[in-house]
Amino acid sequence: MRIGALKDSYGADQALFDTAVQRLWLALGAVALLAFPFAANDYWLYLACLVGIHIVSTTGLNILTGYTGLVSLGQAAFMGVGAYVVALAETKLGTPFLLNLLAAGLVTAMVGMVVGVPSLRVKGLYLAIATIAASFILHFVFQNWTTVTGGTRGLSIPPAQLFGLELARPFALYWVITPLTCIMVLAAANLFRTRIGRAFIAIRDRDISAEVLGIPLLRYKLMSFGLSSFYAGVAGGLWAYFFRVVTPESFPFVYSIFFLAAVIVGGMGTILGGILGAVFMTLVPEALKLVVGLLSPWMPNAVALLSPVRTIVFGALIIGFLILEPHGLAEIWRRIRRFFHLWPFKT
Amino acid sequence: MPKARGFDGEENEDEDRVGRPQVAAMTSTGDAALSVSGLTLNFGGLRALSDVGFDVAEGSITAIIGPNGAGKTSLFNCISGFYRPQAGAIRFEGRDISRLHPPERARLGLARTFQNIALFRGMTVLDNIKLGRHVHMRTNLLDGLIYWGRAQREEIEVRAEIEERVIDFLEINHIRNHPVASLAYGLRKRVELARALAMRPKILMLDEPVAGMNREETEDMARFILDVKEEWGVTILMVEHDMGLVMDISDHVVVLNFGQVIARGAPAEVTADEQVIRAYLGAGDIGQLKARIAGTEAA
Ligand SMILES: Nc1ncnc2c1ncn2[C@@H]1O[C@H](COP(=O)(O)OP(=O)(O)OP(=O)(O)O)[C@@H](O)[C@H]1O
Ligand SMILES: [Mg+2]
Repeated sequence: MRIGALKDSYGADQALFDTAVQRLWLALGAVALLAFPFAANDYWLYLACLVGIHIVSTTGLNILTGYTGLVSLGQAAFMGVGAYVVALAETKLGTPFLLNLLAAGLVTAMVGMVVGVPSLRVKGLYLAIATIAASFILHFVFQNWTTVTGGTRGLSIPPAQLFGLELARPFALYWVITPLTCIMVLAAANLFRTRIGRAFIAIRDRDISAEVLGIPLLRYKLMSFGLSSFYAGVAGGLWAYFFRVVTPESFPFVYSIFFLAAVIVGGMGTILGGILGAVFMTLVPEALKLVVGLLSPWMPNAVALLSPVRTIVFGALIIGFLILEPHGLAEIWRRIRRFFHLWPFKT
Repeated sequence: MPKARGFDGEENEDEDRVGRPQVAAMTSTGDAALSVSGLTLNFGGLRALSDVGFDVAEGSITAIIGPNGAGKTSLFNCISGFYRPQAGAIRFEGRDISRLHPPERARLGLARTFQNIALFRGMTVLDNIKLGRHVHMRTNLLDGLIYWGRAQREEIEVRAEIEERVIDFLEINHIRNHPVASLAYGLRKRVELARALAMRPKILMLDEPVAGMNREETEDMARFILDVKEEWGVTILMVEHDMGLVMDISDHVVVLNFGQVIARGAPAEVTADEQVIRAYLGAGDIGQLKARIAGTEAA
C-alpha cells in the first residue's frame, strides 16, 4: 500500500510521473519494450509495429475528439495524405527517412486545418459529416490524380534507410516506430499540462467561457485539427514505410471509424485511453483469430464457420466495454490501480 | 414573449417620463472605467435593451438591479461581446470596444462570471484557475509539446502566482485538486471568481455572485468583493438580486426595468425612488425588496 506523496515544490507537484512507484513501472515498461524484439517472432513484431502506428494516429484523434470535443471521421484519409507524401518524397525526391516523416506530418497538418475550417460554425454530428465529406474528396483525389498518386494502382515505396541501414523487416522498423510512438505520446501528454492543452479542454467543456478567458475559438480549433492531422500524417508515413505500397484503398472509410472507436473504447480525453484503445482495437481481432485457430484441431472447419462469429464477438466486446465503463478502458485501469493503491486496507 | 407585450403600455409611459432625458444626461465622463451609451438590443420582436446608458467609475462597485427578465444578463452579454447590440457604444477606458470579439475584450482586462456558473467540468479547480492566466502566458504549441524548458518554467511561475494571489486570498486551498464537478454550489461560485481574478482584470463583471448562497457564504463573498475592490483596485460591475448585499457594498446602483434604465444613483437614493418601487411591485418583488432593505437597516 502507498499513502499520499508529499510534494515539496510546484514543479514536483506538476510532474508527469510523480511517484517512485510510477517511475519504477515506467522503467520496467522500457525494459520490456527493449527486450521484446529479441523474444518475439516476426508475426508479433509485425503486430507491435502496427500497434505503434495505431497509437500515434489514435492519440492524434484523441487530441481533436477527446480533448477538444470535435468529432472527426477523417483520420484514415489524413493518414492517406501522409502515406502519399512519404511515397512521393521517397520515390521522386529521395529525401531522408526522418525528413519525409516530418514532411508527411506537416503537409497533413495543413490539409487538416483546411478541413477544420467549418468547425467554427458546425459542431457534433454536422462536423462529423463535414469530415466524412472531406475524406471522400481526398479519396477521390488519391484515385484520380493519376500523374501524382498512380491512380488505383498506387505507389510502391523502397525500404526506409536510416544511418545506412535498410529498415525492411519488422524487426528493424520496430526500433524506429517504438521510440517515435513514445515521443509523440509523451509530447501529447506534455501539451495537456500547458496553456494550449488547457485551452483545448476549455473549448470542449464550455466554449462560451473559453472565449471570456481570451481564447479565440477558431485559432485553437484549427490548431487542434492541425496537430491531430500531424499525428495522422506521421502515422500514415510510418504505415507507408511499413507496408511499402500505398493505394487509394489502403485507407478506407471504415479505418476512420476504427480510430474513432479506439478513442471511445480507450477513453476520450486521456492519453492512456488513446494507447489502450489502439491496443484493444488492433490486438483483440488477432486474439480472436488465434482462438479460432486453436479450435481448428477439434473442429475441422472452424476457420470457415467461426470467422463471421469473430467479427460479432469483437463488436459485442466493444459494446460490452462501453456499457461496463462509458469512460473507457483508461477508467477501468484507474479503478484497478486505486484498488491496489489502498489494498489491503480497503477493497 | 407575452410577459413583455402585456406591459407595453407601461413601458412607453416610462420612456416618455424618464428614459430620454436621463440618457441625454449620461454622456460619459473622463474617469469612467466602462461607459455604455444608447445600447439597444432586439431578439426578433422582443426588445431586451433599449437605449441603455450608464458609467462605471474607476475603482467603484456598481450594481445593476432589476426584476427578473429586465435585461441584466443581456446587458452583460453585450459588454462581454456575445450579443451584438443593434445600436449603442461600449467604451472601455475611453476606447470603443463595440466591434471587438469576446477574446479581444478579455485581453484588454475585462473578466466576468456567469449567472449559472460556467466552469470547465472536466478539469480540477487548479486547472480552471490557471485558464484565467491564459492570455498572460506565452507558451506556444511547440513549447507545449516539448514542455521541459520554457513551458515548464512558465507553468511553475503561474502556479506560484495563483497559489499566493488567488487561492490563498479566496481560501480555497483545500479544494485545489478537486474536480469542479464534485464541489458544492457556493464553492463553485468562488472558484469561478478565482478564475476571473487570475486574469488580473481591470474590470470584473459578476452576474449574481451570491445567488443561491446561504448567509455565511454570502458574507464571505461580500468580503471578497470588497477586498478585490480595495486591495486590487479592480472596478466591479455586478448584477445582484440580494438587496442587502447591494446596499452594503455598492457605491452606485443602476436600475433596469424592461430593458430601460429607470433610476441611477447611490443605493439609498435608488431604493427610495418611486419608479423603482413600482417596478418591483410590477414584478411582485416588493415584499422581498422591503424585507431586504429593512433587514439591512436592522443589521
Ligand atoms: N438569447 C436570447 N434570445 C431571445 N431572447 C432572449 C435571449 N436572452 C435573453 N432573452 C430575453 O431577454 C429578456 C431579458 O433577459 P435577461 O436574461 O437579460 O434578464 P435578466 O435581467 O438577467 O433576468 P434574471 O434576473 O432572471 O437573470 C428576457 O425577456 C429574455 O427572455
Ligand atoms: Mg440574468
